[in-house]
Amino acid sequence: MQEMKQGAGFEIVKRKDFSDVTYLLEVRHPLMAKAAKPGQFVIVMLHEHGERIPLTIADFDRGRGTITLVIQAVGKTTKEMQQACQVGARLYGLVGPMGIPSHIGKAKKVICVGGGLGVAPIFPQARAYKESGAYVIGVVGFRTRDLVFWEDKFRACCDEFIVCTDDGSVGIKGLVTEGIKQAIATHSDIDEVVAIGPPVMMKGCAEATRAARIKTMVSLNPVMVDGTGMCGGCRVKVGDKVMFACVDGPDFDGHQVDFDDLMARLRRFVPAEKAALERWQESCRMRSRIDAVETGATDDARSAGAGAQSTRTN
Amino acid sequence: MAKKKTIRTIPQERTPVQEQDPRERAKNFTEVSLGYQRDDALREADRCLMCPDEPCVRGCPVGIDIPGFIKKISEKNFQGAYDTITDTNLLPAICGRVCPQETQCEGVCTVGDVLAPVAIGRLERWVGDLAIKEGWANIPYIERNGYKVGIVGSGPAGMACAADMAKAGCDVTVYEAFHQAGGVLKYGIPDFRLPNEVIDAEIGKLARLGIKFECNTLVGRLFTIEQMLTEMGYDAVFVGTGAGYPSFMGIPGESLNGVLSANELLTRCNLMRAKEFPDYDTPLQPGRRVAVIGAGNTAMDAMRVSLRLGAEKVYCIYRRTKKEAPARAEEIHHAEEEGIEFNWLTSPVEILDDGKKNVRGMRCIRMELGEPDDSGRRRPVPVAGSEFEFEADVVVFAIGTNANPILGQTCKLKLDKRGYIQADENLATSISGVFAGGDIVTGAATVIEAMGAGRKAAAGMKAYLGLRDTDVVYLPERAGGTGKLFGIDLSERGYARVRIA
Ligand SMILES: Cc1cc2nc3c(=O)[nH]c(=O)nc-3n(C[C@H](O)[C@H](O)[C@H](O)COP(=O)(O)OP(=O)(O)OC[C@H]3O[C@@H](n4cnc5c(N)ncnc54)[C@H](O)[C@@H]3O)c2cc1C
Ligand code: FES
Repeated sequence: MQEMKQGAGFEIVKRKDFSDVTYLLEVRHPLMAKAAKPGQFVIVMLHEHGERIPLTIADFDRGRGTITLVIQAVGKTTKEMQQACQVGARLYGLVGPMGIPSHIGKAKKVICVGGGLGVAPIFPQARAYKESGAYVIGVVGFRTRDLVFWEDKFRACCDEFIVCTDDGSVGIKGLVTEGIKQAIATHSDIDEVVAIGPPVMMKGCAEATRAARIKTMVSLNPVMVDGTGMCGGCRVKVGDKVMFACVDGPDFDGHQVDFDDLMARLRRFVPAEKAALERWQESCRMRSRIDAVETGATDDARSAGAGAQSTRTN
Repeated sequence: MAKKKTIRTIPQERTPVQEQDPRERAKNFTEVSLGYQRDDALREADRCLMCPDEPCVRGCPVGIDIPGFIKKISEKNFQGAYDTITDTNLLPAICGRVCPQETQCEGVCTVGDVLAPVAIGRLERWVGDLAIKEGWANIPYIERNGYKVGIVGSGPAGMACAADMAKAGCDVTVYEAFHQAGGVLKYGIPDFRLPNEVIDAEIGKLARLGIKFECNTLVGRLFTIEQMLTEMGYDAVFVGTGAGYPSFMGIPGESLNGVLSANELLTRCNLMRAKEFPDYDTPLQPGRRVAVIGAGNTAMDAMRVSLRLGAEKVYCIYRRTKKEAPARAEEIHHAEEEGIEFNWLTSPVEILDDGKKNVRGMRCIRMELGEPDDSGRRRPVPVAGSEFEFEADVVVFAIGTNANPILGQTCKLKLDKRGYIQADENLATSISGVFAGGDIVTGAATVIEAMGAGRKAAAGMKAYLGLRDTDVVYLPERAGGTGKLFGIDLSERGYARVRIA
């Protein structure tokens, strides 16, 4: 099987680090760039021994033939990717665009909310709403000023743009729900809220709009394997129905989603993942020590990344 | 020819096959059945009576010339035996392992009327394995005809159709959503039943027919079937995307951590190799006491995989009896040998919570057989007051699948009311030039039926493209009769092909 196309991989053409945990990868895939629509996601496999992880498409450039992923290094795979995914490197697997594209309806005034790893994926939605002629209010949340990114991109497609930070170092001090409340207070005619971010945040957003009965769409990102509806690992409770987020979603009505169920299910593999991360970090330390001894190398990250490659081949 | 064999002169006992000891194998993923040796194969081949009416050929969904290949084994022309099988079935090492022979070829074997039937499956596997070892491939001379054929899904249906179209001279590309080809063979059926090397070897032969495999390609979303026919220039498309979309029962407790579908368990373990975690990154929640609901092949695989992953106790929960269990007889037998605890006539009521969103146990109810239902099988009905609870930390659902919704969401193919693709008797769909077969048309079935469907669709596709059906060349004895002229099917004449825009 190795001689077949699979070995080729998908080239990383650009990388940008927004902070020590958040990084952007632009990957060449002209067909996907052509097909991608806001709200869709991909499944990535870093290497042959890797796991399949879902990542929302944060942007796509049809001209350049690339898609953009913004990733937070939180677990073993995303941390390993942070080391290994330099410009010129290749992802072993990349499939998509998956999921039903977000429905960019006839809403005239929308709030697009992004927090944490949801800031990047909310961007194509905001842009799509702008292109459809809507009045777009962007609300994004970060921990602190230094972590803010893409402000220019958002400002270019939002009629109003509200930044919220935990420490108040820029914009409103508080969670994105504060931003939503502020927007709702100044605009009585909001048709729709779209929120992407960690489940607690999306839950908060749905609560913030429930009383005013503003339609609120959220993008769910449960644990996935195939992303094609074949395993049911991504099932979520929406109203009284069970849905598979990868093919029935990932967008659902936030007022119907059972977020507590989602959060509990996200903890499914926590012990195993913790163990894998610790083991991997230990092996990185070992390797960088060995490399340092053997070659006198100083660039920790690079040598550990290369080391990870070579252990994989056997 | 040697003197005529009779039921009295052939070896009376079916040649046994070596198997790993049940206690030993329940802890490893190496193959359970070690397969025949050369002498075993020769002895078993000798048991075939070469009876003239060949019921086995009719019993085989793809009509392998079974007496023909067995005869070649007896004559020690092993490569000839391989060529005979691969004229109709390109994956003998796979089918020999996973076909339900007891309800197909072996089920109607003449020897089986009196003695145990000829072990056709084991012979087929032996020939297939020998071919892999020796590097044989049945690659005919292929004359290119300039047609482009696209295949969606690389399971047995897709592979069979791809092979036939490639042999007919078409330029064939197979698109697969996963990062590896093989469909259920790869992600579902575990190594101890069908090692991945066998699948890869058989797929490698397809590549030698000139078939291109494009993995990581989700058709419908990356491009649509309609785009394949227009922008991408495919003259015909075959859809073999399998059933997918596992069912759950809708009982309380199904979203607890520890409840999963057999497809998820098997995909994590087989394709993603969670069994080798942490060398491979995909995790799997280990179960100490595992309850598997269902009694088909998928359920058997889930149970036996759980055992090998280290479960102390594995239960099978099935609401009917062993007689109705849809799994291959051999798999149930193997599962019993390995110590799976079968609870026939038992139905789940509730999955119990430990208070932290994990599975603590299950509540079930006993069933009894009542009046026959529409399928003629006696319907299981609950026995009042027979509910009971037991301890479990993982619950696996293996109660079947529904149609995968992706193609329905993304193209205009007509679906039936359950969401499967509608196809006529030639497996043509509602879009001209698009054919479909396998589990996505019939619902979950078998490997060989999916392959049969792939071949049938290929025949339909050839007629549609105006190509001669290569079967006529391979099986000249069957090409005679009234419907053919110079070996060309009369219905093939005078095609006016209209290319869609
Ligand atoms: C665990 C298990 C054990 C089994 N055991 C046996 C057995 O012992 N004997 C037996 O005869 N049968 C068995 N079966 C049944 C048998 O495997 C299936 O009937 C058969 O594989 C169906 O073949 P198929 O080609 O229709 O689909 P599949 O094998 O399901 O292949 C479909 C392929 O298409 C891909 N795909 C789906 N959608 C898309 C898309 N939109 N774009 C691109 N690719 C796509 C999928 O990823 C998959 O690889 C078993 C099934 C399971 C699940
Ligand atoms: S990820 Fe497997 S069904 Fe959604």
